[in-house]
Amino acid sequence: MAPVVELVAARKRFGNVEAVRGVNLTIEPGEVVAMLGPNGAGKTTSISLMLGLRQPTSGVARLFGLPPDDRRARSRCGVMLQESGVTAVLKVAEIVDLFRSYYPAPLPTERVLALAGLTDKAVSFTGRLSGGERQRLYFALAICGDPDALFLDEPSVGMDVTARRGMVETIRTFAAAGKTIILTTHYLDEADQLAQRIVVIDHGVVIADATPPQIKARVASKRVSFSTAPPLTDDLLRELPARVLERAGARVRLLSSEPERLLQLLFARGVQVRELEVVGADLEEAFVSLTSGREATS
Amino acid sequence: MSVPVAAPVPVARLIWRQTLSEIRIRRRIPAFSAVNLALPVVFYAFFGLPVAQRVFPDGRSVGAHVLASFGAYAVGSVMVYSFGIGVANERAMRIDLLLRATPLPPAVHLLAKILTALVYASLSLVLLIGFGVLVGGVRQPPQVWLSVALRLLGGSLPFIGLGFLIGYRYGPNAAPAVANLVYLPLSFASGLFMPLDQLPGFVRSIAPWLPTYHYAQLAWNALGAPTESIGVSLLWLAGYTVVFLTLALRAYRREEDRKFG
Repeated sequence: MAPVVELVAARKRFGNVEAVRGVNLTIEPGEVVAMLGPNGAGKTTSISLMLGLRQPTSGVARLFGLPPDDRRARSRCGVMLQESGVTAVLKVAEIVDLFRSYYPAPLPTERVLALAGLTDKAVSFTGRLSGGERQRLYFALAICGDPDALFLDEPSVGMDVTARRGMVETIRTFAAAGKTIILTTHYLDEADQLAQRIVVIDHGVVIADATPPQIKARVASKRVSFSTAPPLTDDLLRELPARVLERAGARVRLLSSEPERLLQLLFARGVQVRELEVVGADLEEAFVSLTSGREATS
Repeated sequence: MSVPVAAPVPVARLIWRQTLSEIRIRRRIPAFSAVNLALPVVFYAFFGLPVAQRVFPDGRSVGAHVLASFGAYAVGSVMVYSFGIGVANERAMRIDLLLRATPLPPAVHLLAKILTALVYASLSLVLLIGFGVLVGGVRQPPQVWLSVALRLLGGSLPFIGLGFLIGYRYGPNAAPAVANLVYLPLSFASGLFMPLDQLPGFVRSIAPWLPTYHYAQLAWNALGAPTESIGVSLLWLAGYTVVFLTLALRAYRREEDRKFG
C-alpha cells in the first residue's frame, strides 16, 4: 500500500524566503503524527505541499501515491486549514451537507454534527458562530467525508477546554479506526496525548522525528525554579548554564541540562536560594530547547 | 485495511449540488436580489411605463424596445455584479482556500457560478418582461420574448469576463464601487436607459465602441429593429470577451501564484 504522505527533498521558496528547505517525510497509513515547531517554522507550508495547495520549488510531494491534486487522492482526505473561510449565509447543517456531497462515502450529517459538538447549532448561519464554534465547524467539514487521512492545521486554536477535549476524543476515535492523522499544533499536551510520532520542524527542516518519550529523552533537561533575595542580576544569570524560561521579580524558571553545576555555581556566589524546585522538563520545554539550540548555533 | 477505495463523486453530481448551493447562497444576499432583480423593474417603471403604449414611426412598440433595453441592462448587471462583487468577497474571505483542498474541482466551482448567474439572469428577465406585459400592457408573441431572452443570455459572456476582471482586480470594498462606476455609465452611454438620439453628441459617437451597445443590438434586433446584423454584434461581443477574459486571467493567475503557487 502506498504511503499516505510522501515528501521527498521538498523545498519551497517564497521570494527570498525559503520556507521549507529539503524535507523528507513519509507517513504510513494509520499513523498519528504531530508536527511541531515555532511560528514560521514551515509546518503550514509542509502541509500545503502534502495537499498540493502549494507546488514544491523542487522535490516531490505525493498523496496516497498520487499527485496531491488528483481527485482520487483528495477524495480520501479531510482537511482543516488555518485562515480559511466559508460562506456566511449557509446554515451549519447545509454547509456540512454541501461538503459531504464532495465525497464518495460521507458520514451521515447528524453524526458529523454530533462528533463536532454542533448538533444544537445545526440551523445557525455560519456567519453567526463564535470563534470556537467556527473552529468546530471546520473540524466537521474535515471529517464529514469519512476520510482515510485527516490533515489538521492548528485544529484547536480558539477552542475552549471542553471543545478541545471533545475534539481530542473524536480524533482518538478516528485514529482507533485505523485512519491516518497529521496535525500541527502549538498545544504540546495535545501532541503528547494524541500522537505516536512527533516531527519537529524548525527553519524549514525536520530537526527531530521520533516518539514523544524519545523526544523527551533526547533532551535530558531539568526545569529549575527558585527565588532569591535580592533578585538575580543579569550578569549572573548570563553566567549560569541554563536558558531562562520565565523571570518574574525574585522568581526565575530555568531550563538546564546541568542542574547540579548550576546550583554549585549559585552557592559558590553566595546566592540565597529559596523555594527550590527541580523537575524533569515536559514535552513543551524539551521542544523549546530543541528548537532554540539550533537557533543559537545558526 | 483492505476496504476498496470508493471512486470520486461523478462530476455531473458535483455540478448539480454545487449549483443548488450557490443558488441558495445568492438568494440569501438581499443586496444581490435588490440590485439584480428589483432594480431593473423599478427602472422600467420610471423609464418604460410612461412610453409603454407608444409606437415608433415604423410601427414597432416603444414599450417592447425599452423592455429589451432594460433586459440587456438586467442580464449584464447579474453577470457583472455576481462575478465582480461575489468573487471579490470570496477572495477576501478565503473561501477558495478550503474548497481547493476538497475533491471539488475548481472548474466545477466556476461552472456552478456561471449556471447560477444564468438562473438569476433568467429570473430577472421573467420578472421584468412579466412586469412589462402585465403592468405596461406590452404585447409581443411569446417566441419573440423567448428570442430576446435567449439572445441576452447567450451574449452575456463579455459581462462574465468583466465581472471576473473586477472580482480579481479589486477587493470587497472597492469592487461594488468599481462595478457601478463601470457598468452604469456603459449602460447609459449605450442607450439602455434613454434612446441614443436623446443623448449628447459625444456619447452618441462613442456608443458604437461599447460592449453594452452591441449587446442591446442583439435584443433590439429580435424585435425587428433596424440594427446592425447579428453577426457584427456577436463579433464585437466576442472581441470584448477575449479582452476582458485575458485581463481577468492575468489577475487570476497572479492571485493563483500568490495563494497556490
